[in-house]
Amino acid sequence: MTASRLLERLFQTLPVLLGVSLIVFLMITLTPGDPVEIMLADSRATPEQAAVLRHDLGLDRPLPERFLIFLGRALTGDFGISFFHRRPVWDVLVERLPATIELTLAAILLALAVAIPLGVAAAVKRDTWMDRALSAISLFGVSLPGFWFGILLILLFAVQWGIFPVGGRTSFDLEVARITGFLLIDTLLAGRLDAFGAALRHLALPAITLGLPTAALLARVVRSAMAEVLTSDYVLFAEAKGLSRGRVLLRHALKNALIPVVTVAAIETGSLLGGNMIVETVFGWPGLGRLVVESIFARNYPLVQAAVLFYAVTYVVLNFVADLLYTGLNPKVRL
Amino acid sequence: MSAAEAGALSPLGLGLERFRANRTALLAAAVILLFVLAALSAPWIAPHDPADADLFRRLQPPAWLEGGEWGFPLGCDSLGRDILSRLLFGARVSLLVAAIVICIAAVIGTLAGLAAGYLRGWTDTLIGRLVDTLLGFPYLVFAIGLMAMMGPGLHNIILVLVYKEWVFSCRVVRGETLAAREQDYVEAARALGAGPGHIMLREILPNVLSPVLVVATFRMAYVIIMEASLSFLGLGVQPPTPSWGSMVADGRDFLVDAWWVSTLPGLAILMLVLAINLASQGLRDAFDPRLHSA
Amino acid sequence: MNPPLLSVRGLRTVFPTRRGPVVAADDVDLEIAEGEALGIVGESGSGKSVTFLSVLGLLRPPGRIEAGEILFAGRDLRRLPHAELRALRGRQMALAMQDALSALNPAFTIGTQVTETLLTHRIAPDMRAARAQAAALLTRVGIPAAAERLDDYPHQFSGGMRQRAMIAISLAARPRLLVADEPTTALDVTLRAQVLDLLDTLRREDGLALALITHDLAVVAERCPRVMVMYAGQVVESGPTEAVIARPRHPYTRGLLESLPRLEDPDRPLHPIPGQVPDLARLDPGCRFRNRCGMAIAECAAPVTLQPAGEGRLSRCIRAPEMAP
Repeated sequence: MTASRLLERLFQTLPVLLGVSLIVFLMITLTPGDPVEIMLADSRATPEQAAVLRHDLGLDRPLPERFLIFLGRALTGDFGISFFHRRPVWDVLVERLPATIELTLAAILLALAVAIPLGVAAAVKRDTWMDRALSAISLFGVSLPGFWFGILLILLFAVQWGIFPVGGRTSFDLEVARITGFLLIDTLLAGRLDAFGAALRHLALPAITLGLPTAALLARVVRSAMAEVLTSDYVLFAEAKGLSRGRVLLRHALKNALIPVVTVAAIETGSLLGGNMIVETVFGWPGLGRLVVESIFARNYPLVQAAVLFYAVTYVVLNFVADLLYTGLNPKVRL
Repeated sequence: MSAAEAGALSPLGLGLERFRANRTALLAAAVILLFVLAALSAPWIAPHDPADADLFRRLQPPAWLEGGEWGFPLGCDSLGRDILSRLLFGARVSLLVAAIVICIAAVIGTLAGLAAGYLRGWTDTLIGRLVDTLLGFPYLVFAIGLMAMMGPGLHNIILVLVYKEWVFSCRVVRGETLAAREQDYVEAARALGAGPGHIMLREILPNVLSPVLVVATFRMAYVIIMEASLSFLGLGVQPPTPSWGSMVADGRDFLVDAWWVSTLPGLAILMLVLAINLASQGLRDAFDPRLHSA
Repeated sequence: MNPPLLSVRGLRTVFPTRRGPVVAADDVDLEIAEGEALGIVGESGSGKSVTFLSVLGLLRPPGRIEAGEILFAGRDLRRLPHAELRALRGRQMALAMQDALSALNPAFTIGTQVTETLLTHRIAPDMRAARAQAAALLTRVGIPAAAERLDDYPHQFSGGMRQRAMIAISLAARPRLLVADEPTTALDVTLRAQVLDLLDTLRREDGLALALITHDLAVVAERCPRVMVMYAGQVVESGPTEAVIARPRHPYTRGLLESLPRLEDPDRPLHPIPGQVPDLARLDPGCRFRNRCGMAIAECAAPVTLQPAGEGRLSRCIRAPEMAP
């Protein structure tokens, strides 16, 4: 892909980013209730003081101007002060982010690890009992409400059998110094294998809750992509060369079938960031998602606004990345 | 059905014939019907008032477990309310939200899709931009963000879900309309002097109804999960109205002592969503032969 | 004469479909000797490709061989274990396909796709040697600066180069039998001649046996001493090419010839064969061409077998003896 096409694609995402920011801006602005009143709810401010605050926040200016100010601030990472942390929203976001990214990556990797072999098997054994069983399981997987699935896992694996912890990110006695914020990395950097193990065990259930329904979806993509590739001439030609079945399937067929899979996986990663809110709440995972849910009930609107914008921008960017991956992996499309 | 009869049927009728031949889909449709009937007749068939608390029956197990009794077949929750009755009334919320959201979204999406696909030009650009923007949010983030601002409640859930949901039928209808635009019957209508309104609603609309139906059922499963998720987070229907999502949330604190409080409502969601997904798969196979192998 | 390299007897290949089984190759007999070229002519769906995919053991499920014997160098391929058949494939019998763009894997370089065959069959000891041999092979089929182009992807080659690269891959292991399924259709006249010349050379020098599947009778006339005409899954006529073209003994062959332009008489009116190939799932035992045949009579509804028609020829037409020279 040439630089100019890259720029062109990048340029196409700009209106979407702008639209997304506008909606997030309107979400807060058109909300019934005066943010100043909410902010001053617990203090005994005079109407004059409220007016001063309103002016300081720019709330007395016309909407378009306020949107521009909002955009300008958002670009510099200035989302105001988180009411209950009494710190800049951005700092709080960044602090919580590694936990969420760790969980999301674990989930998507798990999903791919499950989906690829199953999808390939279903495509190869097309229209057999195995294919049908797999499509039934995957339908089951996409019908599963995530929050309930998480609770079911807790009930079985934590409460009943005690294999995994009920929630949280690690045991309190195994905490290590925060370096990257990614616990799996930090524990290894600290050379604490016991803490690494604990982190991994805490990660298991939330990652499964988030990852398995995604695996169900991805398995369908793998199956249909693989099934299509298997009918192609180049697979026939590869077989005619006398290559082993494994080499034909895993190299010739899979490399092509993975192109749409990777694309969908990148987009799904964006959705998982949103799904995190539920899973983090269920498992008490100290990430961004749980923070957002808590902030909603604390009426900590600047943080909610910033987080929603962050999710949306990440999602748009991941869609863009998916597009790049599709072109990058596909030599035919590469220009 | 003979070939001659098939020739006489409309695409819709033909699709229904094919759907009726699909046993799994029929079974799924029966399950959905069962849920609908249960929801409609909840006030008459529910053994108790879903809001009736009785602290003596707090976390009473289902009838088949020790300590259960058949007067409260599925046991009671942490306030001693009958779970079966709450499940029946909860079905009303799930199905009501899903049905209203899907219907409104289908109407808006279809009209927007027709306009974008047929009129093209700035209408298409405007609608396209809006669709792209809405697709720029992960669904749950969009819904949670809006619910956070608008406040919980049945009314707001419906609004929030409609805001995003119309996009899906819009995209499908736009695509179909673009294709229909070039068809002879549209050309003919245009040549006869029919206006754009007439062509869109009278000529094209009947031909895009099947895909809209398929998309609507398929999305319905998703909307039910969305409503349950929002209610689970406490952003949905407010107590004392029972909703499956909030019932699961209520039971979370009692997993050790009373597994049934959380698991049973979740099972209800799973069964309904599974049935809808199966039925929509059957509909898709019946109505959209192009998607048969996909 | 030597025993033929490939000998097929009574091959019956069936594809079960929703509307009933389709016999895609029905009681097919054929022989190809070392150094010989057999042309197989027929429309698409006539069973010519299916016949040879059956020979190579490359039928796609649910298609399967129901009956028949496939002898290659004296071994019955149908009784061979999978691993041994795979070892023969690409090594002793190879396939060249019609459309190189779809036959070459878009995700691998040309070099990878050539060396893969060489390494799999241990013709080259290591990657270095394999790349050198690959470059030599590509040069042989007329690809300029082949060594530098090994790391190109198929889409970076021109159509003609791709086609020749694909044929180079097929020939990489110096197979004894090459099944070439419309290998030159996509090429222009010069390149076509060049590729066909190469195959002729290999035939003469290495004793390559060639099965040339095509709908182009002109190519067969020029390159193949023997021809076999297929229609609706059956062999309808076979024999020495010259005799078959000069005096067809089956109305379908004659129809094919009349639908082609002739070099010596370019202004001759062309007569496409009227009508449609019968539905293969709804066949009766009679002659399958009779619905399109100008010579059809009531007796054609009875089963017809392949009968000797003189000059080492066979025809599946009860009126073959009457057909004027």
